[in-house]
Amino acid sequence: MGFWTIRFPWERLRSLGVMGMNERNADFILPYNPRRNFPLVDDKSKTKALASSAGIAVPKLYGVVEIEHQIETLPEILAPYEDFVIKPAHGSGGDGILIVIGRQNGRYRKANGVLASVDEVGHHISNILSGLYSLGGLPDSALIEYRVKFDPMFETISYQGVPDIRTIVFRGVPILAMMRLPTRLSDGKANLHQGAIGVGIDLASGRTFSGVWHNTPIDQHPDTGGELAGLDVPYWDDILALTARCHDLVGLGFIGVDVVLDKDFGPLMLEINARPGLSIQLANKIGILSRLRQVERMAEIPTAIDERIKLARRLAASNP
Amino acid sequence: MRNLHVKMLALVLVTIGVSLCWYKVTRLGLPLLPTEQAEVWTVEARIEFKAKRDTPVKVHFSIPRSPVGYTVVDENFVSSSYGLTTEDDGTQRFAEWAVRRVKGYQVLYYRINLARDPMAALPPTIASAPVVQIPEFPELMRSAAQAVLDEVRSKSADAVTFARELLLRLNAPTPDPNVVLLRQDIQVSEDWVRRIVNLLAAANIPARMTHVLILRDGISHGALTPWLEVFDGTGWLPFGPETGDAGFPKEAIVWHTGDSPVLEVSGGKHAKVEYSVRKHTQDRTLVAEQRARQMGSRIMEFSLFSLPVQTQNVYRVLLLVPVGAFFIVFLRNVIGIKTFGTFMPVLIALAFRETELLWGVTLFCVLVASGLLIRFYLEYLKLLLVPRLASVLIIVILLMAAISLFSHKLGLDRGLSIALFPMVILAMTIERMSLVWEEAGPAEALKQGFGSLLVASLAYLIMSSKTLGHLVFVFPEILLIVLAMTLMLGRYTGYRLIELWRFRAALRR
Repeated sequence: MGFWTIRFPWERLRSLGVMGMNERNADFILPYNPRRNFPLVDDKSKTKALASSAGIAVPKLYGVVEIEHQIETLPEILAPYEDFVIKPAHGSGGDGILIVIGRQNGRYRKANGVLASVDEVGHHISNILSGLYSLGGLPDSALIEYRVKFDPMFETISYQGVPDIRTIVFRGVPILAMMRLPTRLSDGKANLHQGAIGVGIDLASGRTFSGVWHNTPIDQHPDTGGELAGLDVPYWDDILALTARCHDLVGLGFIGVDVVLDKDFGPLMLEINARPGLSIQLANKIGILSRLRQVERMAEIPTAIDERIKLARRLAASNP
Repeated sequence: MRNLHVKMLALVLVTIGVSLCWYKVTRLGLPLLPTEQAEVWTVEARIEFKAKRDTPVKVHFSIPRSPVGYTVVDENFVSSSYGLTTEDDGTQRFAEWAVRRVKGYQVLYYRINLARDPMAALPPTIASAPVVQIPEFPELMRSAAQAVLDEVRSKSADAVTFARELLLRLNAPTPDPNVVLLRQDIQVSEDWVRRIVNLLAAANIPARMTHVLILRDGISHGALTPWLEVFDGTGWLPFGPETGDAGFPKEAIVWHTGDSPVLEVSGGKHAKVEYSVRKHTQDRTLVAEQRARQMGSRIMEFSLFSLPVQTQNVYRVLLLVPVGAFFIVFLRNVIGIKTFGTFMPVLIALAFRETELLWGVTLFCVLVASGLLIRFYLEYLKLLLVPRLASVLIIVILLMAAISLFSHKLGLDRGLSIALFPMVILAMTIERMSLVWEEAGPAEALKQGFGSLLVASLAYLIMSSKTLGHLVFVFPEILLIVLAMTLMLGRYTGYRLIELWRFRAALRR
């Protein structure tokens, strides 16, 4: 193609292998994610139970509030724990997550430092139960679980909230990974469109390269000033193996697996997303399509986890 | 594979839709635009006579038989106490009124509405060669006729050229003495046509008289004009008896064929018939619709026009919803704009149809703003979700009633139309907007709110288009095409417009 040829933006995106929302839905989610398996990932308590029984590490579940009446017994449920996280079982996009980092004078201190009374926590749970944060507004249940004490590597590059590692897994093969770092702007949430930072991870080595924040490349965390590039993600092999196993766990072909790194327990699987977002392409500065199509063309995917990890590393190395 | 299936399905739907439209436009003459008007002629024949005492009355009157170039929109007979039958003998239609006993002066009307229609098929005529009766001319005229006919025969080749040559000669501005002789006892043009028919018969060429009605707007005491038809071996060719021009006059219909009288009244005297002609324009849709009914078209049996008017009006609105829905699909999957509630803007746009845009937007803003205010108060009460939603719904309805009352008192009757707003949708909009307000800040909530309103206004502008409303109502099969396009978009895997913006960082490199 000569330099005088006009190339429309969509043609250029296409040649970069960037996947759009319509293509994700029509070519990957609809054909590879059978509807009947969605409840396994949409309900976090189910995912958690499934993962635990398969030996995949998850944050410990303290309790489940399923009916309004149980809110009265909340102080008793919470009594043994100094800190905890309350989240909706059917939540999405990090909405409705309440992080309590400590107690003071019978009140709970939230991640942003504000104190909340027992009643306020109860109202939050009530909102969760009535379906405020769930998909389609259906009645929901609230999970109370272990608050992840994140790995020291995140100390300089995270502002409140829970930083996590999102990996897209297609047919059991990890395709792309990124680190999601909450900022002051994202209010502790790890979603890129809410203002979190995405940092691309080289799948082969587990080393981060530069990040992206609001669509613009960024080298330091805007709130903490920590360097984003050149970090080695600890337990990288374990993380890859864990994400690959999640595919077998839920029987979905195209998933996003969120993993947190706990300083005591190592990688913990937080949740599985059956409709993973597309920002990971921006964080990695690469279109996801070429890797996806390569995996799609394969007649057979090895069943052994380490074989799949090898495949994933090979794919990553051959598609820089 | 799946894509192929969708494409095939879409192709089938488009084919069905387009061919039905094509049939309706070309064969039934349904107009594609709502403003198209058809010229309609209203012709009225007024028959009057004086009934004889104690005698049964029978009126035998010729009426037009599917005139060429026109389509009969409708036809009616006004005759209060008379029994009426119509019959068609293959060349002529008759109306026959009969009554056992009437007194005095009688008036009967026959009215026909005709629309110009170049597509109207020629009526089937029985074109077997008629038997010619050689006429007897008076002594004096016989030699003159013979001389004229001989001359014409030498200058013609067949029946048609013979007739034309004869007419030319008979109507020459300076006629020769033979022609003068043939014309001298003629008083009315009917006699003249009869004379020509006889002359042609003497040359063994079948000819007949027809009566045409010339359509000219404003005729009130008009009469039929006699015309000449010559048999050319396969069919009847019309000629002007006074001019020799082939064809019927422009804007005229054949009323009566043959030498028999147009009107026969038994049991009455002083019978006469007068014609009045009026031209007016009418909605082409109605004309085509009535015509299709006359044609007995199966398709029109399933036309929405066959529904009661009230139901028709409901469907005029409902059929626009698919168009709005397609618009939303396009906005979401091709452009990438999201709104509060997937189809909320379509329903709001429907309400705007009743309120009109400016009022609609104003009422919507007032309603949502006051709803939001109250919703913020409810937030403070920490209510459970469903009771809270129900409270918002109740408040929305109360607000609607209040606004209606208030605007009515002010004499702004437009404000009453707020009752047509979809209240459940409004309640959900208020609820969602307040959530976004809480979670993402007022700026984001207002942005999304006004975005939804903008989409609703756009949907309204599209859905209030007269042409579109006409098209989907007259050609509901267009919705099959809309469905096909929606199905195709259902397998659209290209980028959304906003994704070009979202991935601009990737493009910049």
